[in-house]
Amino acid sequence: MAEIMARPTGKEASRFSLYDRDVQAILFQVVVVGAVVALVWYLAYNTVVNLERRQIQTGFSFLWRESGFEIGESLISYSAASTYGRALVVGLLNTLQVAIIGCVLASFLGVSIGIASLSRNWLLAKLTAGYIHFLRNIPVLLQIILWYTILISDRFLPAPRQAESFLGVFATQRGWYFPIPDGSTGYWAALAGLLAAVVGVMILRRWATARQLLTGQQFPVVWTSVGLLVALPLVAWLAFGAPTGLDSPSLRGFNFQGGSRISPEFVAVLFGLTIYTSAFIAEIVRSGILAVPKGQTEAGRALGLRDHVILRQVILPQALRVIIPPLTSQYLNLTKNSSLAVAVGYPDLVSTANTTLNQTGQAPEAILILMAVYLTLSVSTALVMNWYNTRIQLVER
Amino acid sequence: MNQPTVARLSPLTWARTNLFNTWGNAVITVAVLALLALLVPKLANWAIINAVFEIDAQKCRVAAGACWGFVGEKYRLMLFGTYPYEEQWRPLAMSIVLLTLIGLTMNTRLWGRWLWISWIVAIVAMWVLMAGGVPGLPAVDTDRWGGLPLTLILAVNAIVLSFPLAVLLALGRRSDLPFIKTLCIGFIEVVRGVPLITVLFMASLMLPLFLPEGMTINKLLRAQVGFILFTAAYVAEVIRGGLQAIPKGQYEAADALGLSYAQKTVFIVLPQALKLVIPPTVNTFIGIFKDTSLVIIVGIFDFLGSVRLASNDPIWRPFYIEGLVVAGLVYFVFCYTMAAYSRALEAKLNRQQQR
Repeated sequence: MAEIMARPTGKEASRFSLYDRDVQAILFQVVVVGAVVALVWYLAYNTVVNLERRQIQTGFSFLWRESGFEIGESLISYSAASTYGRALVVGLLNTLQVAIIGCVLASFLGVSIGIASLSRNWLLAKLTAGYIHFLRNIPVLLQIILWYTILISDRFLPAPRQAESFLGVFATQRGWYFPIPDGSTGYWAALAGLLAAVVGVMILRRWATARQLLTGQQFPVVWTSVGLLVALPLVAWLAFGAPTGLDSPSLRGFNFQGGSRISPEFVAVLFGLTIYTSAFIAEIVRSGILAVPKGQTEAGRALGLRDHVILRQVILPQALRVIIPPLTSQYLNLTKNSSLAVAVGYPDLVSTANTTLNQTGQAPEAILILMAVYLTLSVSTALVMNWYNTRIQLVER
Repeated sequence: MNQPTVARLSPLTWARTNLFNTWGNAVITVAVLALLALLVPKLANWAIINAVFEIDAQKCRVAAGACWGFVGEKYRLMLFGTYPYEEQWRPLAMSIVLLTLIGLTMNTRLWGRWLWISWIVAIVAMWVLMAGGVPGLPAVDTDRWGGLPLTLILAVNAIVLSFPLAVLLALGRRSDLPFIKTLCIGFIEVVRGVPLITVLFMASLMLPLFLPEGMTINKLLRAQVGFILFTAAYVAEVIRGGLQAIPKGQYEAADALGLSYAQKTVFIVLPQALKLVIPPTVNTFIGIFKDTSLVIIVGIFDFLGSVRLASNDPIWRPFYIEGLVVAGLVYFVFCYTMAAYSRALEAKLNRQQQR
């Protein structure tokens, strides 16, 4: 349409005229782009002048300088003698840790609550609806801070010295202490057994599907899988002497030694993000399932399929098409919201970048790194989810 | 019109049909009841039975329950932050005017020119009332603004002032001009791809660097600019949804009438598109309202920040939790009301469309 409008005059249009729509379009774009470039140049020029005046360095060489600050928790070895670059990597890993665990937990919680809210049980449906409406209408930052305040308050949790264990776990104001396996070969064998079982189950499923397509015979995949997943690790564990040694936390002085510790900061951020996001995911799952026409269930029943088969093979595959795109943006939101960890002192990327920025004064570089990292995370999450989305889309002729 | 008759069930029949109709349902009901029996008494003990309602920090410290006296002692600080005590009627009056206006705006029958004019008058009046500096109203520096009125100001300004920019961005994103389109997509996707907090950092740390020597913008205004840009990217996507929903025939009809791009956009496309996107815009507004709490991180004391400020008093420090619980309930009331409104409006617009 636009082309037809743009060239109504044929050959005459080749003459330059300000009334020609093509010419207007080009001129307009030149003006806008010019204005934007001028603005950016002006801002950049001011920034350079301001930085010079304040005698702040520019460039990324600070990444290789010694940071001089400690970080509370780290997945890789880190000390105050490490570089700023390493501090940022530590922050990034902490962000990824809480975001990935948060996404997994929020999905489980959200899907369960979403399905439960469609229950024909009045009590369950009302309670889960209350959960959804209540939690998504309270700022996630407030939720994180509230969890943190509760977890470090002496009104709700004891100090390490007064803590009593529950199944070997000590919940204290300074964090939660867990016993962990002591690293005997038997435990590693069990882990290897579990991995082998997972691979085995994947192969089994393919084989069973292929066989069913060929011969029409079904294979009890679910029960065999459960059996494999339990039996293989158990056999491996027994074969290597069935070790039972645990590295348990024990009180030394004012604090615990041994075992594994989860910090209240991490728990607060994880709880806040998981619970807030699960309310949104629950709503998405709920409306996704409701979006599948009732006739689909009825058609399934007419074919004589059983209820759980209808849910798994008829309803869910169609509901997923509605669910996946908004679910993707929830995962992205959770990852972005993990930046609120800075409010309770969990050393995530924003927190370490903020310390770096305050110490070096190199705000432009630090903010640039922050934005670039979060953009990369967003884009890669979106790519993975889009790939999954195209895989489950309806294939039409 | 006759109302359809509703069958009145006796409580027992009702329970039988809704809670115990199958074995599975009965099991679920019992399990949920057991969970409630475990949690509700604990919560009730903490929040009501063992709670202290007097303003008495000593009593609170020995009590096993909540200390609502904290809220009684600190409610002025929680609500208004560090705004001068004797002048706090001003933010109160401003909030009442603003909330009334929002309430009026919710009524679709009042939409029209007068509403626009009252909004403009109200925004100017709000500014004068808060900042003062005119006879009778002593000037109050923006550094001292705080509490729930500040949360309202940040959120309302963000959504209202971002709207024109958002419309331009949405139109630009759907434009045929490659450079304009690239610019708009770039802005929208970058802003939506990064957390709000980096935008706020950018506004609070980079904006002073961007300006020539000697020119400064105060902290609150910087955060507000950050919020406006952030909101614009999200609202632009909402508006784009509305633009896409306009049937192609509308564009073609406008072209056939020989309307220019500006005429087509202003008189044909936008009136239809903007009406469609009101419910999702309200949802964006709810998100922005909740997100204003992030300004605490760049040192501005909005509602959440003022609650934290109130708990800095060493006598009352342990009772920050009660302050947060109350603040959470206040946020909930605001957001839930808006969400309910958005749903009702959506249903109404859908009905109108079907006619």
